[in-house]
Amino acid sequence: MSWFDKLHQTFIEGDRYLWLIDGLKNTLLITLGALIIGVIIGAIIAITKYFCEGNKKLKVFSVICDVYTTVIRGIPVTVLLLVFFFVIFVSARDGVPVAIAAFGINSGAYMAELIRSGINAVDKGQMEAARSLGMSKGQAMAKIILPQAIKNILPAIGNECIALLKETSVAGYVAVVDITKAATNIRNKTYDAVNPIILLALVYLVLVVVMTYLLAILERRLRKSDGK
Amino acid sequence: MMANNKIIISTKGLLKSFDKLDVLKGINIDIYRGDVVCVIGASGSGKSTFLRCLNLLEQPTGGQIFFEGTDLTNSKVDLNLHRQKMGMVFQQFNLFPHLNILQNLTLAPTMLKKIPKEEADAKAMALLGRVGLADRAEAYPSQLSGGQKQRVAIVRALCMEPDVMLFDEPTSALDPEMVGEVLDVMKELAREGMTMVVVTHEMGFAREVANRVIFLDEGLVAEEGTPEEIFGAPKTERLRTFLSKVL
Ligand SMILES: Nc1ncnc2c1ncn2[C@@H]1O[C@H](COP(=O)(O)OP(=O)(O)O)[C@@H](O)[C@H]1O
Ligand SMILES: [Mg+2]
Repeated sequence: MSWFDKLHQTFIEGDRYLWLIDGLKNTLLITLGALIIGVIIGAIIAITKYFCEGNKKLKVFSVICDVYTTVIRGIPVTVLLLVFFFVIFVSARDGVPVAIAAFGINSGAYMAELIRSGINAVDKGQMEAARSLGMSKGQAMAKIILPQAIKNILPAIGNECIALLKETSVAGYVAVVDITKAATNIRNKTYDAVNPIILLALVYLVLVVVMTYLLAILERRLRKSDGK
Repeated sequence: MMANNKIIISTKGLLKSFDKLDVLKGINIDIYRGDVVCVIGASGSGKSTFLRCLNLLEQPTGGQIFFEGTDLTNSKVDLNLHRQKMGMVFQQFNLFPHLNILQNLTLAPTMLKKIPKEEADAKAMALLGRVGLADRAEAYPSQLSGGQKQRVAIVRALCMEPDVMLFDEPTSALDPEMVGEVLDVMKELAREGMTMVVVTHEMGFAREVANRVIFLDEGLVAEEGTPEEIFGAPKTERLRTFLSKVL
């Protein structure tokens, strides 16, 4: 049997390529959902820590944030996913929202550190100049500090996003059919172990290359808006 | 405090320490409307700290600061409102690099004073024109020279229509050939009657433009007087030593 016949048998017969497409949809959905949740959680934590630092009354919020990051960063994301699916959301029928929550909450801890470093990298004089004009700390954060911080950390957020995409390949542990799980299913059905896995690797590779390319364009556009 | 509406800023026993380091040790100064006060002194004598206490960018450790009759050290005071009336110009310019020049100038007026955008733009453009930078409105700070940046920074403060302008060594970060263009803008401002407090090493500027000069030494006002008194007839040994080094 030629290689093309083999491919036909593995992917086209029984419309099995559709399994991959559905899997890819879930992979992208989980990545995007987790990214959004991660950025929101990360920003909330970073900003909370910024405002609570050196304020005795608000110290408790800062401690809560520290506990969150410590716990999340201390648990492998696969284990976190299992905890979410088999301990917390036991009655969940659809694994996708659970996976989005687990990956998002995991990513939030890393995003928090990223955003914090981005905020700290903005020159102290920026906050002072904003306050000297009469802006409140919150207004200065929103209009002056965060826009610059995000620009600083955009490459790192892009890397986090790529890492996230690849991390979601363990979603199959909790009955989510992402693209990795779809490839495994095809493998089990057809006893063709080689082609589904090579195709899977290629799909991830292409996704990452495309994301890297889009990110580079975005960075160039942002740099332009600084006139540099 | 006393209803003396000619006094715009008044500090009473102003103290500031960083941990164990006492930087300001009891400063009493009255600044009158229309004053151009130059603050001179050796590096590390507390000039910047003093200036930054005036708009509470540094929280004083003790004493009081009255601005237009309001004690700013009172925690119930809405500082943001009072800061709108105290423009500040920094040594490092601190323009907002992600905004173009016009946006740098109009952000605070439109956001804080709710001035309509067209009006804020027009005012900013008029002021930019007066410092010779009308053609750079769409540029970003990174595209300007140091002298241009500092002129923009001055205009940014002026767009809030402040009652007093605070300058912290506005020309110290500039290449020598750009010092003049910034000092010229400040002179013009002084001529128009703006109340100014200027920390500076430019003794020529102090002599020419200031009506009062304050010599800070080790956290205290060691000497105060007209430029003629300070530069022509220094009373203390410390001031004579300082002047012999900088003149
Ligand atoms: N944020 C700070 N933390 C600790 N020490 C400071 C801080 N700011 C200033 N100082 C110290 O206070 C003293 C006075 O500083 P400064 O007011 O900047 O002096 P000047 O402007 O006259 O050169 C210096 O010894 C400086 O090291
Ligand atoms: Mg200084």
